[in-house]
Amino acid sequence: MLEKALSGNRTYWIWILFLALVMLTGGLCYLKQLETGLGITGMSRDVSWGFYIAQFTFLVGVAASAVMVVLPYYLHNFKVFARMTILGELLAVSAVSMCLLFIVVDLGQPQRMLNILFHPTPHSILFWDMIVLNGYLLINVIITRVTLLAERRGEAPPRWIKPVIYLSIPWAVSIHTVTAFILCGLAARPYWLTALMAPRFLASAFASGPALLILLCLILRRVSTYDVGLEAIFKLAEIVTYAMAINIFFILVELFTPLYSRVPDELEHFRYLFTGLAGHARLVPWMWTSAGLSVLSLVLLISPRTRRKVTTLVAACVLGIAGIWIEKGLIMIVAGFIPNPLGHITEYSPTIPELLISAGVYAVGLFLITILYKIAIGVREEMEG
Amino acid sequence: MYDAGKIVPGLVLFLAVVTFPFWLNVANGTSSAAPKLELPKGYTRCVEATPVMRATHMELLNRWRDLAVRHANRVFTNSNGQRYVRSLTGTCLGCHRDKKQFCDRCHGYMGVTPYCWNCHVAPKGGAQ
Amino acid sequence: MSLDRRGFFKLAGLIAAGTAGATALPAIDQGHQAGPEPVPSHALHGKRWAMVVDLAVCRQHPGCHACIDACNTAHNIPQIPDPRHEIKWIWEEPFDNAFPSKKTPFIKPELAAGPVLLLCNHCDNPPCVRVCPTQATWKREDGVVMMDWHRCIGCRYCMAACPYGSRSFNWVDPRPYITHINPDFPTRERGVVEKCDLCQERLAIGKPPLCVEACPYQALTFGDLADEHAPVRKLLDERISIRRKPSLGTEPQVYYLV
Repeated sequence: MLEKALSGNRTYWIWILFLALVMLTGGLCYLKQLETGLGITGMSRDVSWGFYIAQFTFLVGVAASAVMVVLPYYLHNFKVFARMTILGELLAVSAVSMCLLFIVVDLGQPQRMLNILFHPTPHSILFWDMIVLNGYLLINVIITRVTLLAERRGEAPPRWIKPVIYLSIPWAVSIHTVTAFILCGLAARPYWLTALMAPRFLASAFASGPALLILLCLILRRVSTYDVGLEAIFKLAEIVTYAMAINIFFILVELFTPLYSRVPDELEHFRYLFTGLAGHARLVPWMWTSAGLSVLSLVLLISPRTRRKVTTLVAACVLGIAGIWIEKGLIMIVAGFIPNPLGHITEYSPTIPELLISAGVYAVGLFLITILYKIAIGVREEMEG
Repeated sequence: MYDAGKIVPGLVLFLAVVTFPFWLNVANGTSSAAPKLELPKGYTRCVEATPVMRATHMELLNRWRDLAVRHANRVFTNSNGQRYVRSLTGTCLGCHRDKKQFCDRCHGYMGVTPYCWNCHVAPKGGAQ
Repeated sequence: MSLDRRGFFKLAGLIAAGTAGATALPAIDQGHQAGPEPVPSHALHGKRWAMVVDLAVCRQHPGCHACIDACNTAHNIPQIPDPRHEIKWIWEEPFDNAFPSKKTPFIKPELAAGPVLLLCNHCDNPPCVRVCPTQATWKREDGVVMMDWHRCIGCRYCMAACPYGSRSFNWVDPRPYITHINPDFPTRERGVVEKCDLCQERLAIGKPPLCVEACPYQALTFGDLADEHAPVRKLLDERISIRRKPSLGTEPQVYYLV
């Protein structure tokens, strides 16, 4: 099926070339990082996780969100999503691949990575995260490959794939739950020490992931003949609306406890984010921007008039993704480290090489999604045409 | 065969490039020159017999490392019943004082770079 | 796996013997398979090592860094000017930072001003050990929270989990920042986490931790809490002691006499 990705128009090849250049730049920066160490990033003794782990957290959400199309289609036989489901599953493949890459680029000794397998340690949540992420990748690769191959032969998919698809539903929930458990089980970090972490992660995931899928479907309508149908897009927009509302509700619930109880250990992190702490306020504009974007997105989503209009729906999706990306991909990880357990404040900004390496990983993800969509659409066009 | 005119020269070129390092060594006359190791004077035997050490010193050191660091088990009794402390810098380099004339010669010849020396310090204060 | 290894050694021995024209050589270093090896009789043994820091003594000698300097020199601790990349095994903090939950506006002024010596607490219930995905850090039977720098993959999960800021990561190659390398102790390389190891290398040869020995005023006492006649137990019986963040349940084993 791979040959479908080898033919394309001029725009396609310019896009592939562009991604290759970004990957190459990121790769070269990564070689530099391997040579000199993670000191070329903005991370420090106090803020020991940064942009890489934050992108990982955000992308786990995107990966998990495939369940929002898989579940209605396979479990409730919701036919409207027929043309969209494969796109959601392939998005999950691409997103979870980026997750794994972001963990690798964050390791100080990546050549010893397999020690996680050589010395399995069930009491470490990272061990379980390794299992659920790789399992999720495998499950989605199998599902998409088997269903596409069957489709190409004009047959129904083999019966054994059904249980695998059903398995992918709780598995998607598990990847984001386990990722939340990495953070919310640490007594040392009051900002993360909340049982709401996993539900919050899932709510923001089910808002941002499907919003991204809506944008991808709309792009496909433009650059290809593949149309998932506006009915499917508007139905998914409803799901995004509910998830976004729950996400904002969870954030407010999370805010109430420290603001009302006034326990300083926890409150200080929120003060750092919303007002700045002892003159340190680097994340304050980001925090308010994120909050504003999320609320604006919800406003556009709630009203059926703006939700059921492509231009305003695109705006709502872009704003929503941006708001959640800032919250998960910038703030969530860093704020846990500020102030540090001794009460000191070390601020954090990613460096240029750090951003270029991250861009490289994103380019790998976009490259994967491009060729995977090209193949899937190629197969479908072949069948229909 | 389709395109034999392209495939055959292509294969020949590929083989030439892949085997280039061997030809280079032959041309330089370096391929058969085995490294000459400088052995510590005044000692006749390592912690085990030379053939065993030559073949398995890396395995031995891996085990010494795990036993000493992870199990605080630092005394090694060899096949003759002699006891040694499991220590790279203490026991091994205690006799093999010149790393450059011993370890490096063979490792360089074999093209291996053990990462021991990223942290462990060879005697004579060398930063190697 | 051990059988495979044993088989490998035998095979290697046989091959080697064949080439040397000798009879079969015995397998080498069977290690713990033959039961625990005898440990040198002069090693220090304990069931629960602990450290007692007498802050009153430290307060009487402001500016004294004998313990810190001794540790830094012996353990090849790099002196990196960029505070973001610092490596710290034992260091000083103001009272409020060392004991944030004990903050009070009307504390004895000399207590607030006096520095507090911080190091790894060698917790009885260490969160860093719980989170490490490769068992590169673990608690020994004598209570030392140990690190295997050969195994660490540099994921820094332990740094996120430590409530005491006791762990440092090698963001850069440390060697250029070590003015005089002590050849008897390894340096570290970039990409691994490190921390105080309670001088396990000295315990093995019958010596107490170096900071304890280096203090000219006996402000630090080291000993086995399981031994009721140990000086550490006597001090804790007689004086009022506090620990850092005891409410987290980590059971830190560095006690401070105020």
